Amino acid sequence: MIKKLLDRFIKPLDPTLFNTSLILMLMGLVVLYSASGMDMVKTIGQVKNLLIALLFMWILASISPNTIQKLALPIYIFSLVLLVAVALFGEVSHGARRWLHIGPLHLQPSEFMKIALPLMLANYFDKRGKDRYWVDFLVAAVLLIVPVLLVVKQPDLGTALLIASSGFYVIVLAGLSWRVLITLMIGAMASLPLVWHVLHDYQKQRILTLIDPTKDPLGAGYHTLQSMIAVGSGGLLGKGWLHGTQSHLDFLPEHSTDFIFAVFGEEFGLVGELLFLSLMLVVIIRGFFIAIEGSSPFSRLIAGTLSMTLFTYTFVNMGMVSGILPVVGVPLPFLSYGGTSLVTLFISIGILMSVHHHRQLVKQ
Amino acid sequence: MKKRVSLRNPQLERWDFQFRIKILVGVIAVLCLILLIRLFWLQVISYSYYHTLAEANRISIVPVVPNRGNIFDRNGVILANNTPTYTLEINPKESAPVDQVIEQLSHIISITPSDRKLFHKLNEESHGLAPVAIRSRLTEEEIARFSVHRYAFPGVNVESRLIRNYPLAEATSHVVGYISRINQNDLDRLDDEDKLDQYRGTNHIGKLGIEAHYESLLHGTTGSEQVETDSSGHGVRTLSYSAPVAGTDLYLTIDAKLQLAAEKAFGDHRGALVAIDPKTGEILAFVSQPGFDTNLFVDGIDQEHWTELNDSANKPLNDRALRGQYPPGSTIKPLMALLALNSGVRSADTKISDPGYYALPGSTHHYRDWRPQGHGLVDMFLSIVQSCDTYYYSLANQLGIDRMHDFFSTFGFGKKSGIDLDGEVSGLYPSTAWKRKRYHQDWYTGETVISGIGQGYILVTPLQLANAIATFANHGVMMRPHLLKSTRNPQNNTLTPIQPEVVATIPESDEHFNIIRDAMVAVMKPGGTAAIAGAKASYLIAGKTGTAQVIGVKQGQKYNAGQTSEFHRDHALFVAFAPADAPKIAVAVLVENGGHGGSTAAPIARQVMDNYLLGLPTTAVKEDTQTKNSTDEEASHD
Repeated sequence: MIKKLLDRFIKPLDPTLFNTSLILMLMGLVVLYSASGMDMVKTIGQVKNLLIALLFMWILASISPNTIQKLALPIYIFSLVLLVAVALFGEVSHGARRWLHIGPLHLQPSEFMKIALPLMLANYFDKRGKDRYWVDFLVAAVLLIVPVLLVVKQPDLGTALLIASSGFYVIVLAGLSWRVLITLMIGAMASLPLVWHVLHDYQKQRILTLIDPTKDPLGAGYHTLQSMIAVGSGGLLGKGWLHGTQSHLDFLPEHSTDFIFAVFGEEFGLVGELLFLSLMLVVIIRGFFIAIEGSSPFSRLIAGTLSMTLFTYTFVNMGMVSGILPVVGVPLPFLSYGGTSLVTLFISIGILMSVHHHRQLVKQ
Repeated sequence: MKKRVSLRNPQLERWDFQFRIKILVGVIAVLCLILLIRLFWLQVISYSYYHTLAEANRISIVPVVPNRGNIFDRNGVILANNTPTYTLEINPKESAPVDQVIEQLSHIISITPSDRKLFHKLNEESHGLAPVAIRSRLTEEEIARFSVHRYAFPGVNVESRLIRNYPLAEATSHVVGYISRINQNDLDRLDDEDKLDQYRGTNHIGKLGIEAHYESLLHGTTGSEQVETDSSGHGVRTLSYSAPVAGTDLYLTIDAKLQLAAEKAFGDHRGALVAIDPKTGEILAFVSQPGFDTNLFVDGIDQEHWTELNDSANKPLNDRALRGQYPPGSTIKPLMALLALNSGVRSADTKISDPGYYALPGSTHHYRDWRPQGHGLVDMFLSIVQSCDTYYYSLANQLGIDRMHDFFSTFGFGKKSGIDLDGEVSGLYPSTAWKRKRYHQDWYTGETVISGIGQGYILVTPLQLANAIATFANHGVMMRPHLLKSTRNPQNNTLTPIQPEVVATIPESDEHFNIIRDAMVAVMKPGGTAAIAGAKASYLIAGKTGTAQVIGVKQGQKYNAGQTSEFHRDHALFVAFAPADAPKIAVAVLVENGGHGGSTAAPIARQVMDNYLLGLPTTAVKEDTQTKNSTDEEASHD
């Protein structure tokens, strides 16, 4: 009886995804303990976040992709309304309007959009049936551009690009003609100088910093430089757990959130990073297999997109920490401290598991 | 252009989807490769560079300043040491605006305008980054009063500091000197000497006297502490510590008791006194009067005191003993007599007739003797005892200036003595070559004549004069005059004595020295020019008085001290050594505008010798009473 119940409980969970995620989470907790300056309270807080996130994962894994698909439109509309609300009544902090206060809640609606947009687009292409006209891609583009522009206006260019990228993956996977895709990419590159003029000064500075972080070592280049020092000084094998000087002596900024990979690199070296990246790739590739086996276009599109998004976050964060991408506020999956990003991450994994678990059911 | 993507066949759609996933995997592979190359570049290829940067981030080297060496006199009396004092310091980074803080502090403890000025000056120098003292030398009561109000002054702290202290202050100002804050000139010099590293963390440096000359010994070796610091610069823990080596303690040849006695004997007179042990060259007393309080300079002197010292007519900042140049007057007569014997130009018995003046053959110009009526028939003995000028006018004419120049040079005239103090001047003893070079003129015989009584171009420092008389007392063996007696290593307390150094040996028979010494002894006896100063001495003194003109006296005029303004009066000089038969001390005294050597300079020397040889206390020599009665020439004039 109990065994049966346990079976039912475990059944939706894909062992590869689940085990790899748990190993990555464990690594994350170990690094967080060091990065937070051996703050047990913070580490335990992250464990609590993890438990909540795992609950979300299990719920999503348990329900069928069809049900998730049904929720796509309401979630998208809800998120869009919140983004408009931010634009109208949002709280301004650090020169940007990103947060919304509703009663006791403290929301950053752009975070919801990270999942809401791909869900909506996957849902849309699924609904349009097997024939995809160019009009469909145009509608998809509008569905993508509206929320992205709202986030750009906040301004939060980094998040806007990440949201856009997740929507873009859906469109690409849905079968956007290669010719259009290549034209779009050339067009995007050609418009880069134009984009430069639209950028805010601080954004320009972040990009310039990449070219030479030592130019303004105490100002704009500080984050990047200190992070590069942390990673570089880690060497091949790292300084050892709890022995990273850059983080423990507070030279690294944001060392338990966005820059936690620098702490990881400093303490565990190139070897540790390779291990982390390999495990990440296991999750991502597993996600791609699930996508290929997906029973409905929605399942396939959402699974493929979420896997690719997971990689995007990983790459953007590691690129920022190692100084090849500008400083963007992107958490590193599994390692960065924070409830919201952890829940979002495990929701994605839950959706992947759902797609996998219900692949036969939906087929019928 | 295709208007739609035909994906009618589900298999075809799946196949397209799989293809697109593969493309994405390819993109991932490329991006991962870029990332790995970057990480490899950071962590393997550039590892040592970033490792160095990380170490530089976390480790800061904090200099540990050594304690400065102490300075003692020959008997261990403290002349300079480091004493703990309490200063009130404001850290502008942590405090309220400094002007406001100082205003509030001034209600609690006394803050003078010069304290404020000094604070602002130092605060500007540190760019408001470091704590700066607003008051030093706080009293116990002031500390207590501040402590009560402390809560109202964040960033203001009472700090305990070692501060240089000169217990004898004025009395040793020109020997010991002082330290003061390192300024840009000092930094430039240290940079040239490649010593900047040693002075990281050191705020003070020797500026004058022994403190300046033996700076490298006194300073010690700076230690260092490797401290792990966090990003805000706070030390987290000490990684390594190399202890500083404290500066070497110096024992001077100065006898503090004698130095104080000499200072006291001077009273209100301006002048200088140098006492040397003729056997070793050790300087027993080195006085330039008036002195000044060296303690004022340690933390930077305030404008008020500086103006007072700098503008004073008494010029307390001038080191008269080392840098004051005066005509030696009659004090050179014993050496003139020695040269007469040495060269065989005149024997001790040769008598000359003194009508009260000397005239060069074929000239009507009268070189006047100080005694208008003359001394009658004068031999060498009498010429010294009564300081007969005419005797030496004619002797000089017989010797010629170049012979005199060469001989006096061997006694250190016109040359630096090599004393261990900075800034010594060399004085001047003229020669025909010198005059040609300096003035492009021929030497006049008349100039030789006045050089015979120590006038004209000749200039000496009191130190040179003392050195010359010490060399005479030592029968021609010149020892290097020096102030450092021994050094003490602060680690193991071992004393290293400084060996006396023979500078030159003048070949001269003891007999000649003794002839002149006997005459000098008679100078101190009744009938001699310093008879009053020599009265009732229980040991034999050999002395010679001198007077140096400050302004010339015209032909046919008479010098009258009473009618001459104080600063134009003659300088009084006196040289002596005692006991005459076995000299232990040689002294040269100069009293500026003191009139006659016998009446002001000689009594000071007598007191100093009494103090050194007999341990007698000294009293201030009163303002020259004899000048008002200058007819009593036997006793008062040279």
